[in-house]
Amino acid sequence: MVRFAEVGLRYGESAPEVLRDLSFVLEPGSFHWLLGASGAGKTSLLRLMHLAARATRGEVEVLGVALSRTRRAALPALRRRVGVVYQDFRLLPHLPVFDNVALPLRVAGRAPHQIRADVTEILRWVGLAPKADAMPAALSGGEQQRVAIARAVVMRPALLVADEPTGNLDIPQARRVLSLLREMHRLGTTVVVATHAETLVAEYPAASLRLDAGRLVSHG
Amino acid sequence: MTLRRARGRDPLGLRRVLSDRLLPALVGAMGLLAALTLAGARGAADLASRWEGGAATALTVQLAPGAATDRALAVLEAMPEIAEARLADPARLAALLRPWLGDAIAIPLPKVIELRLARLPADPAALAGRIAALVPGAQVEAHGVWVARLLALARSLQAVAVAALVLVAGIATAVIAVAVRAGIAARRDAIAVLHALGATDADIAGRFAGRVAWLVGLGAFGGTVVAAPILAGFADMAAPLSGGRVAEGLLDLPWQRLPWAELALLPPAAALIGWVTAQVTLRLWLRRLP
Ligand SMILES: Nc1ncnc2c1ncn2[C@@H]1O[C@H](COP(=O)(O)OP(=O)(O)OP(=O)(O)O)[C@@H](O)[C@H]1O
Ligand SMILES: [Mg+2]
Repeated sequence: MVRFAEVGLRYGESAPEVLRDLSFVLEPGSFHWLLGASGAGKTSLLRLMHLAARATRGEVEVLGVALSRTRRAALPALRRRVGVVYQDFRLLPHLPVFDNVALPLRVAGRAPHQIRADVTEILRWVGLAPKADAMPAALSGGEQQRVAIARAVVMRPALLVADEPTGNLDIPQARRVLSLLREMHRLGTTVVVATHAETLVAEYPAASLRLDAGRLVSHG
Repeated sequence: MTLRRARGRDPLGLRRVLSDRLLPALVGAMGLLAALTLAGARGAADLASRWEGGAATALTVQLAPGAATDRALAVLEAMPEIAEARLADPARLAALLRPWLGDAIAIPLPKVIELRLARLPADPAALAGRIAALVPGAQVEAHGVWVARLLALARSLQAVAVAALVLVAGIATAVIAVAVRAGIAARRDAIAVLHALGATDADIAGRFAGRVAWLVGLGAFGGTVVAAPILAGFADMAAPLSGGRVAEGLLDLPWQRLPWAELALLPPAAALIGWVTAQVTLRLWLRRLP
């Protein structure tokens, strides 16, 4: 599903490596916490997984595709099969909730009737069906993050990565967001969640990847 | 629902950042310039070809009334510069002079020989001198000097018009590129989100290019529409110069003399420039994304 072999990453030619010698495999359908101090490289690692950055060294394999041998033009199709949730949501502020969630379907060129059916269903799943016509700015942080999750899963991705999805939320909102991610896992999606929130990790024990200064210090 | 569908087709919010005011207005002004320049080039070309024809028959040789013309015609025909020497029809001459001399022309008319030249002489005055020497008693009218100069002027006007057209197209490209860059800057985050969701460069660039082509085409169309009556007015003012008459009303203007084919090409040509400029600008910018 996800395979890293001797992966290194640096931002710029002469910059230091922020990820070093990463080697691990994430089995299909697994759930992993991604842990580590601030600056350890969690975001960088997730960026490699959702093709927002390319490794400067080693081999990253996502959904069976070895990225070092993949042309840039082939990446968009792969990106559509990976769902991403960000700490700061990254909703488009000029579009209402419905259209934000519909975005991946429109990018993929789905038919309008299918878009309407899929978006309606997924908004019901995250509990925001009544807010379909609201603008993102009119929603609470927790609601915005649930919209972002709806957008990330509306294409039924095989891999779902979340970068501190609860970082901006209070505990009840965070629990609700996390229960959605866990449900995706239960439905068979491979899920990776980077977090600082030790309370949530304690509430939901699962396998973890722990980073320290760009190195993998534990896996399991 | 219509609002939602309209927004759905415009996820980058380009209707806001590439507004339907500024860009079309700028391009409209340039379309107007282009149309005027185009018509100028066309007019200069028309005048040049007309004068070329006129210059070819530009020399006339006048002999005294009653003079024998056969020998003069033979001598003139023999000159290499002269393609044809022809005796002007006395009836036509009389008709030309009627306004001044009246119906009953009492005075004897001079014999007039019209010369068609093989090509425009470099020095018409010298040619006139040689003709006068070969045909005794001839008066040579060499207004070809002036026609040749006007012709050169018309040709350079034509060249200037083409250069101006190229310049306008270049400025339009620059203006469009600036507008597209401003659009990218305003929608940087949205572009990044679309890219992250798996949109291809072609998809994102195509959305910009479609919007820009539409706005630019619209602006150029507006400029052309504004230019049309101005051009018709010019054509009207020029009409007497080529044997026409001045119009009495708007509908009477010489609309059919406008370079319609070229004018009709302006909006699509502008739209194409806009489309290509947006595509190139976007694709270069998107290269920085992984
Ligand atoms: N775009 C970038 N350009 C240069 N350096 C970067 C960039 N992004 C991250 N870094 C550096 O890479 C290292 C790892 O950063 P990263 O964001 O992956 O850490 P993180 O574990 O996600 O931290 P946090 O918990 O604070 O989010 C840091 O030293 C950071 O300064
Ligand atoms: Mg981070």
